[in-house]
Amino acid sequence: MAWQWFHRLGSPRWFYEKTTSWLPWLAVISIALLLTGAVWGLAFAPADYKQGNSYRIIYIHVPAAFLALAGYYIMALSGAVGLIWKMKLPFMVMKSAAPIGAVLTFISLVTGSIWGKPTWGTWWEWDARITSMLILFFLYLGMIALQQAFQHRDTADKASAVLALVGMVNIPIIYKSVDWWNTLHQPATIKFTSKSSIDPSMLYPLLTMVIGFYCFYALVLLLNTRLEVLRRESKTQWVSDLLNNIKPESK
Amino acid sequence: MKFQFESLADFMAMSGHGPYVWASYAITFIALIFLVVNPVLQQKKLIKQQQKLRKLAQSAPAQHQ
Repeated sequence: MAWQWFHRLGSPRWFYEKTTSWLPWLAVISIALLLTGAVWGLAFAPADYKQGNSYRIIYIHVPAAFLALAGYYIMALSGAVGLIWKMKLPFMVMKSAAPIGAVLTFISLVTGSIWGKPTWGTWWEWDARITSMLILFFLYLGMIALQQAFQHRDTADKASAVLALVGMVNIPIIYKSVDWWNTLHQPATIKFTSKSSIDPSMLYPLLTMVIGFYCFYALVLLLNTRLEVLRRESKTQWVSDLLNNIKPESK
Repeated sequence: MKFQFESLADFMAMSGHGPYVWASYAITFIALIFLVVNPVLQQKKLIKQQQKLRKLAQSAPAQHQ
C-alpha cells in the first residue's frame, strides 16, 4: 500500500527502534557544532564596531530564538497531524516539544534581556518583539499545564493540540513585529531573499551555532519523545521486554 | 582568523562586557544541559520502576501458595 510508510511513521514502536541509532550521531554532531560555534563567536569573530564585545551574545540569542519558533511549528503541526489522522505518535511529539520550546524561549528572553542592558540601557522594554516572545513563552507554559489538566490522555492531547493551533497566530506576529512596529528591537540581520546585513566573519560562526542548535533540538526532541513512548506504551509487551532486557536483573 | 584578545584576562573582561556575555553563555549552557539530562534521568527512573513491577508480578504467585 502506498500509505503504509505513513502509518508506520505513526507507530511508536517503529519510531523508538528506528531512532535508537540516531542518538549518538546527533549528540556528537551537535556538541561539535555548538563548541566550534561558541569558541569561534566568543574568541575569533571580530568585535562589533558599535556594540563592542557584548554583541557576542548573538551567537546564542538568535539560534535559541530561531528554535523557539521552529519548535512551535513542530509542536503545532504534530498536533494537527494527530488530530486529523488520529495517530498516537504525533501527540507524543507535541507533548515533548512543549517544555523544550519553553526552555529555548526562556533562553532567548534572558539572553536578550542581558544583552539589552549594555546595549539599550535597560533589562526590559515592552517592545513588540520582546512582548510577542513573552506570549510565546506563556503559550508553551500553557501547553505544559493543559497536558496535566485532564484525567484522560485523549482529552489532554486534543485540547492542547487545539491550543497549539490557535497559538500559531502569534508566530507571524513575532516574525513581522520588528517591521510592523518600529520600536527597540533591531530588524532581522539574516535574510534569505536579499543580502544579509551581517559580515561573513560574523555570519559563519552564527550559522554554525544555528545548525548546532537545530541538531541539538532534534536530539532532545527525540530523547523526550522516546521517554514519552515508553511511558504511554509501558503496558505493552514490547516495552516490557525492552525495559527488562536493558539491564539483566541483579540480585 | 585570529584570536581577538590580547590576553586571557582581556578575554574574560571582554572590555567591560564580560559579566553580560559570560552570564548569558552560562545560563544557556545550564539550560541546554538540563534539556539533555532530564529525559535521560527520567528514563532511568522509568526502567527501574518497570523492573520492580515485573519482579513483584513474578514473586506474587509464589506468595499465594
